[in-house]
Amino acid sequence: MEWANIILQGVLVGGLYAMFAAGLSLIFGVMRLVNIAHGDLIVLAAYLALVVTETLGINPLASLAFVVPAMALIGYALQRGLLNQTLGDDLLPPLLVTFGLSVIIQNGLLELFTADSRRLQAGGIEVDSIQLGTGLAVGTLPLIQFALAVAVIAGLQWLFYRTALGRAFRATSDDQAMAQLVGLDNRRVFALAMALSLAVVAIAGVLLAIRTNFDPAIGPARLIFGFEAVIMGGLGSMWGTLAGGVILGVAQAIGAQIDPGWQVLAGHIAFLVVLAVRPQGLFPKVQG
Amino acid sequence: MTAFQVEHATRSSRIGLAVFAVLLVVLAAAPWWGGRQDLRLLAEIYCFVALASLWNLLAGYAGLVSVGQQAYVGLGAYMLFAATMLMGVHPLLAIPLAGVVGAIVALPVAGLIFRLRGHYFAIGTWVVAEVFRLLASQVSVLGGGSGISLPVGIVTAMAPSRQMREFLIYWLALAIVVLVLGAIVLLLRSRYGLALTAIRDNEIAARSNGVDVARTKLIVYVLTAFGTAMVGALIFLQKLRVSPATAFDVNDWTAYVIFITVIGGIGRVEGPIIGTIVFFLLRQTLADLGSLYLLMLGVVAIAVMLKAPKGIWGYVADRFGWQLFPLERRLNIKAEAPRGTA
Repeated sequence: MEWANIILQGVLVGGLYAMFAAGLSLIFGVMRLVNIAHGDLIVLAAYLALVVTETLGINPLASLAFVVPAMALIGYALQRGLLNQTLGDDLLPPLLVTFGLSVIIQNGLLELFTADSRRLQAGGIEVDSIQLGTGLAVGTLPLIQFALAVAVIAGLQWLFYRTALGRAFRATSDDQAMAQLVGLDNRRVFALAMALSLAVVAIAGVLLAIRTNFDPAIGPARLIFGFEAVIMGGLGSMWGTLAGGVILGVAQAIGAQIDPGWQVLAGHIAFLVVLAVRPQGLFPKVQG
Repeated sequence: MTAFQVEHATRSSRIGLAVFAVLLVVLAAAPWWGGRQDLRLLAEIYCFVALASLWNLLAGYAGLVSVGQQAYVGLGAYMLFAATMLMGVHPLLAIPLAGVVGAIVALPVAGLIFRLRGHYFAIGTWVVAEVFRLLASQVSVLGGGSGISLPVGIVTAMAPSRQMREFLIYWLALAIVVLVLGAIVLLLRSRYGLALTAIRDNEIAARSNGVDVARTKLIVYVLTAFGTAMVGALIFLQKLRVSPATAFDVNDWTAYVIFITVIGGIGRVEGPIIGTIVFFLLRQTLADLGSLYLLMLGVVAIAVMLKAPKGIWGYVADRFGWQLFPLERRLNIKAEAPRGTA
């Protein structure tokens, strides 16, 4: 029963990792861009939620109403103002510019909020739990987190395959020149994709901030978790990112049980094993 | 057959080499004209020139944009401590040993992360660095997560007096930077260099002309790991203390190195040298700003990447046609030679 509990907790944490991964996977799918600042943007969303909850005195989950549109707006502006200039055949500019952005966000947050670790208080849901029989209980927060992750991924899947915007995303992803020929404005499509990606980042950031302590330096590790979930799940597959996130979460939970120092390491090892035996990921959709 | 020979040198590269030769003599004599602070600063500059030149070879020429070279800096550092403390190797011998271990480790690592393409390769290198860091914190004989200092006995075995040790480390740093730059120039002048330059300019065209792109990239990756691990060992021989957080620091060994190369001029041998000089000039004046300094460097690097992607040296080289190293290839066809058949 102890192991069932550990694996269950791992699965639920995996929902959060899937949300880190979904935003990353989305922009890679649409514009072949890997945003190295992704993790730092998650942390930025967490700090934004902190400011909103402290000034308005509202519940962190209610702060989503502010943080999600704000992050989407930041994403749109970032893509139009900066990242669109880096896109082209050369891999170097987008990588270096997003890497620079990562350093800027990290050090900017450090200047504004110091290196102290912070946390959002959500009025008890972070400690509440639901009993599922003897010795097996799930926390209310991880359950909300997982449900939100499934909802976000289902939403993205629906948006990609059932809406005009999703059609524009897929068209641009398949052939940029052709998409332009049929009247799509690539720059605008990219900006909308980044806005959507950062909207997901906002949800992930707020949930992260309720779940654990955060400080300006934790961004890169979140980028890596998201990236590992994307690669393990298989490039281009939204439900694959959920599977990847769950595998990562379970691997970390098992690692932590063996030795606390092995928690993160076990996740990395699971990733390297998948890369070694099945480099295309478990549920690949596209080659790339 | 037309008789021809390939000329590498130009007038500016001859001047450049002459300047470097004079500079080398002056710098090698630094213990006689500089104070302790000067020696420390210069040694640090050499290490950054070496790290940035290696990263430039990797990213600027082979197109392998790594944000995880701290993996090899840290590996080199830990090899130095492991070899001297656990195996009783002399510190000076431990530095090349660290390089060899770096190269050996790079082979299986490359086997894994070369499966990731383009952008994802970059994050893959970061994962590897994180794995190395977490593994290093598990090694309790080397201090685990909190790190360890080099025992006094090993330090004094290098040279009995403190002054001689400082001179020795200074000369080692100078030797390593000369070695790294010399090796890069020789590599670029060889047929691998031609292949690398072709890959830099257009990977598909290079492949269609018969360049074995994958093999060339692997060679560069392993050579870079060798050099980076040696520099890492030397840096921590100077610091005398190692911990997972400092040895595998992404800001110190990757962010600074990337900014230096981008600002100086990526894809040119001179770039990292110019970039390091700019970096240290800025640091000497803005050091008090702390994290704001890193933030400003990030802004400058982004601006350079967008507005002048070839960096400072790229601008100078395009404008004036200068090159400091004899790397150009110019065909010199002898007039008296018999004409070849068309």
